[in-house]
Amino acid sequence: MRKIAAVFTKELISYFVSPVAYVVLTVFLALSGYFFVNILFYTKEASLRYLLGNMSVTFLFVTPLLTMRLFAEEKRTNTMELLVTSPLRDFEMVLGKYFASLFIVLMMLSATLIYPICLSIYGDPDWGPILAGYLGVFLLAASFLSIGTMSSIFTKNQIVAALISFCLLLLYWTLGWLADQAPKAMELFLDYLALGSHQADFQKGIIDTRHLVYYFTVISFHLTVGILTLESQRWRE
Amino acid sequence: MIEVRNLTKYYGNNLAVDDINFKVEKGEIIGLLGPNGAGKTTIMRILTCALSQTTGQATVAGHDVITDSLAIRRKIGYLPENPPLYPELKVQTYLKFMARLKEVPRNCLRERIEYVIELFKLQEVRKKTIDQLSRGFRQRVGLAQALISDPEIIILDEPTVGLDPRQITDVRAAIKDLARKHTVILSTHILPEVSMTCDAVIIINNGKIVALDSINNLDARMVGQKRLRLKVRGEMPRVEHDLLDIPGVARVLPEDTDGEELNFIIEGKRNELKSELITETLINKGWGVREIFFEKATLEEIYLRLVTDEKASAPKNTRAGKN
Repeated sequence: MRKIAAVFTKELISYFVSPVAYVVLTVFLALSGYFFVNILFYTKEASLRYLLGNMSVTFLFVTPLLTMRLFAEEKRTNTMELLVTSPLRDFEMVLGKYFASLFIVLMMLSATLIYPICLSIYGDPDWGPILAGYLGVFLLAASFLSIGTMSSIFTKNQIVAALISFCLLLLYWTLGWLADQAPKAMELFLDYLALGSHQADFQKGIIDTRHLVYYFTVISFHLTVGILTLESQRWRE
Repeated sequence: MIEVRNLTKYYGNNLAVDDINFKVEKGEIIGLLGPNGAGKTTIMRILTCALSQTTGQATVAGHDVITDSLAIRRKIGYLPENPPLYPELKVQTYLKFMARLKEVPRNCLRERIEYVIELFKLQEVRKKTIDQLSRGFRQRVGLAQALISDPEIIILDEPTVGLDPRQITDVRAAIKDLARKHTVILSTHILPEVSMTCDAVIIINNGKIVALDSINNLDARMVGQKRLRLKVRGEMPRVEHDLLDIPGVARVLPEDTDGEELNFIIEGKRNELKSELITETLINKGWGVREIFFEKATLEEIYLRLVTDEKASAPKNTRAGKN
């Protein structure tokens, strides 16, 4: 636990020493603010349904930028050597770094809480769907990050890492479209597999265990693949 | 403390380490010496569990590098060839991070950090970020990191690269100090470094051990023939003939003359060549002996002979402990 905390702290410092965290936060908040205002003027509705949908798409583009550095940079600068010769288990390394990226996403989301607060001042929003929607978007972003973390373990080039994770995210995202043309048996399966198709219920204010299980499975699957890859890199060289 | 048996490592089809055997006792300083690409770094990376061997076995502090790597990693401090530093971190933040990773207990964390900062004279840069540091300071931060957890075994890959002569002396002294409590393996291509800091040396070429011995023994073993340098006042052909008559002298090589002073190199079998006998004979013949001394083969000569002469490279693992 202490070592996960050590990696987590170090990773957070690195985020804020480099411009990455600031740029990502700024871009994300600027876009969300623009969407919020636009949607509000158009719908005149005290809800965040559409905004949260737009945020998911923004995360699709932004999270690969947050995770690409995590392992690729360590490998490029040889600091990986330091980590693998320390009494640090592979899962501690992966979790420490993953949690750091998760923390940044949490910061991004908390900053957007100002929108529902604005709504509650001038209107009477239904808080159930808003909070459930936030949970949904958070779980979605957490899944994105787990895929990004795994991709960063695959390579020592940050751009390649970002590209791999972006492709995978897009693929997962669009599996739902494929479902329409697929045979009946495949349709349900593909639809369940798609990252985006689990958001609708959250935005309606429903927290269904099926969706929770889905996101936790996605996260643990990709982190496990990452950990195993990391382990194999010791003997594959 | 460290034992390596039949260790072999292939990178793809490239043989990097070829069936190596050696042993390091507790408290010893061992130098790994060899040209670039000889396999020094590969051996160190296997011992530090950063890499797995292809075949063979390596145990560190009684633990196997494959099956028990976590236990080993708790006991080692490692400085890779390029100091592994995070350029964006401050020196003391970096050291604190490393201390936490290396399981330094919370209550002596501060003390250990202060100790290594003191030891490697990092006080003036402790609040600077690492990317602002010169090569020498970076190397020292790397060394500080290797010692932060007071490890039993310290593995240093080229520890004095990039330091100025003054710092090199300091670092070598620090390494020598470590030997009382710690076991140290260091690699280098600087020969005097080995003779200055190490108890024993392992010379590696093309992934094979070409010599493995204590420094003094290595000296003795390589010099099967003894060489004497002699400076005599006298006349040329007669002195040479007189020398050749002395029992034990196998060869006399005249060197450049210096007025009436003659210089010779005399070669003979190890225990037959006697300097007293030569001096006595020369004086009895009426020649003036100005200088006479045994030439000691330098480590450079030994090394070059071992690394260049393949015939001499048959490994004879007659390691005779510490001297």
